[in-house]
Amino acid sequence: MAEPLLSVRNLKTYFYTDEGVVKAVDGLTYDLHKGETLGIVGESGCGKSVHALSIMRLIPQPPGKIVAGEVFFEGKNLAHLSDEAMRRIRGNRIAMIFQEPMTSLNPVLTIGEQIAEAVMLHQKLDKKAAWGRAAEMLERVKIPLARERVRDYPHQFSGGMRQRVMIAMALSCNPSILIADEPTTALDVTIQAQIIELMRELQKEFNMAVILITHNLGVVADMCENVVVMYAGKPVEHADIYRTFQDPKHPYTWGLLHSIPKLYERKERLIPIEGQPPSLIDLPSGCPFAPRCPFAMEICVQEDPPDYVVGSNHTAKCYLHSEYADEDHLKRAAAAGLAASTRSGSS
Amino acid sequence: MAVANDDLILDVRNLYKYFPITKGFIFQKQVGAVKAVDGISFNIRRGETLGLVGESGCGKTTTGRVILRLMEPTSGEASFEGRDIFKLKKEELRLLRRNMQIIFQDPYSSLNPRMTVGDIIGEPLEIHNLARGKEKMRRVQELLEIVGLSPYHANRYPHEFSGGQRQRIGIARALAVNPKLIICDEPVSALDVSIQAQVLNLLEELQKEFGLTYLFIAHDLSVVKHISDRIAVMYLGRLVEVADADQLFDNPQHPYTEALLSAVPIPDPAVRRERIILPGDVPSPVNPPAGCRFHTRCLYAQESCRVDDPELVDYWGNGHFVACPILPFRHQRSRAAVLKPAAR
Repeated sequence: MAEPLLSVRNLKTYFYTDEGVVKAVDGLTYDLHKGETLGIVGESGCGKSVHALSIMRLIPQPPGKIVAGEVFFEGKNLAHLSDEAMRRIRGNRIAMIFQEPMTSLNPVLTIGEQIAEAVMLHQKLDKKAAWGRAAEMLERVKIPLARERVRDYPHQFSGGMRQRVMIAMALSCNPSILIADEPTTALDVTIQAQIIELMRELQKEFNMAVILITHNLGVVADMCENVVVMYAGKPVEHADIYRTFQDPKHPYTWGLLHSIPKLYERKERLIPIEGQPPSLIDLPSGCPFAPRCPFAMEICVQEDPPDYVVGSNHTAKCYLHSEYADEDHLKRAAAAGLAASTRSGSS
Repeated sequence: MAVANDDLILDVRNLYKYFPITKGFIFQKQVGAVKAVDGISFNIRRGETLGLVGESGCGKTTTGRVILRLMEPTSGEASFEGRDIFKLKKEELRLLRRNMQIIFQDPYSSLNPRMTVGDIIGEPLEIHNLARGKEKMRRVQELLEIVGLSPYHANRYPHEFSGGQRQRIGIARALAVNPKLIICDEPVSALDVSIQAQVLNLLEELQKEFGLTYLFIAHDLSVVKHISDRIAVMYLGRLVEVADADQLFDNPQHPYTEALLSAVPIPDPAVRRERIILPGDVPSPVNPPAGCRFHTRCLYAQESCRVDDPELVDYWGNGHFVACPILPFRHQRSRAAVLKPAAR
């Protein structure tokens, strides 16, 4: 396969707080290729947003620190870049949009000024050309009367329109990667549908890679090609969407899929994941999901499982796929629809 | 509706709630109104769950609060077991609230951080003179067990609990007075996916055990579909469709319902659906469009829709109410073919 556009290797971002060390991201590895859409899924506090800020080098230091791992963008290790060089990448080559557009827009500047600022800075255009670019971008994201609305302030836009403005701003410099952190979570479902459709179109048009961070499995199934499922700072499963949704190999992924009500299925009872997500401070040894896992074995509470290859381009951090799994556990998992893969070694 | 009156626990008729918009500081004068709830009628049968869905700002939360009289209505009637809620005096209202309780969306802001869990759940018992002292503590512990917490949690403070556990505390508080009707206002929206299912299951178990009736307000259609017997769809202060849950999902008749259902992303990559993308945003409730409120975004709008204000009509006599005079003629079309997952 071609050289990945972005390569994250064993990334660890910790926060040193008074209560202890919060291992927000604890060993994340993945490759992102040109034009790919990768979903990062997980519940609140699983480290999915922190991972994005780590890539962008926006982690507040202290208390945060990237303690290990590398992020390569087009072959360059981002950690080794000077602040100046990083600024040329951030917002220019790698752009980011956030969940709540109102908090990421400056309320006292018109949106034209805000888009033009980025364009002037990164693309070295003069003011007039930059404003022209701003208006053009607003048209690209289908804001009605874009040429006039350039001079409006953020509060004059609705939530969905503000998210369009954010997208326009992010794409104004033609980035090769767009990181979208819960881009539709604050929006109503009919507006969410509009934004998803827009992002799909623009991704094709701009031929960029997208990292979509979300907790909504529906949005992932809709937009992504590949998915990393995160739990307590760790990537527990990594596969394409078909495998993830139809043949999950990690009990957490399996549990998530069973606990959500389906629109077109009649079910008497949901099967919840029992218990609570663990606190990220001083996590116990072993698999972080073990206390909630219906298939946990002795080994699971003792040692952190490595990634097991469970199919082509499909890995799961779970001992069910190792030689530790006994017949009894495998049978129970299979009965529940969590088929253990043909056993293969650790990757 | 074709239901005997004593089967109805709540009957709401022509409910309006306007919030005045005023101008000026000392001499305030009203210059307009936010028409949050703009003339809705519905009823809830004993023991059923009525889901109320709609997007933000459509007035669903206001509806719940007005029914409980946490806000006074602008006009309208709502009878609970035959008595008009809006005509009750203070003391009568207190008695009514023993029968009607609410569970709020945000388990972080709806529990007093300075009170212990025992005091929070015990407070309604004292207010309604149901139990005091030791008897109260015994009841609190019992309630904690009912909602899946432990009796020793009574001495703890809300901040010691996670979101899902706090929601359980809110449920225990609502249950304390043995209510008949509970208004659940987005009870799982603030919770993580893996926790939502726990709380939904709990609500269903409690309903069976105590014969509860729910008005379940939410914006998540999958959740509403799962828990509701009947569903009412709200748009801009009005109800546009009311039907049995299955009926509504299999055969939606209002163009808004249809678009809303098609917009929900399905967590299955094998399902490819025809998605109806509604143009534009929801208009402001200060100045809602004349005629049908939905006509500005409707894909089937006709000239008459700009003028005629449609009412909820049970066109087929089967309890499937639609506020759209255009679509009923397309009754037999099968949306199911489009909306149901295609064969793999």
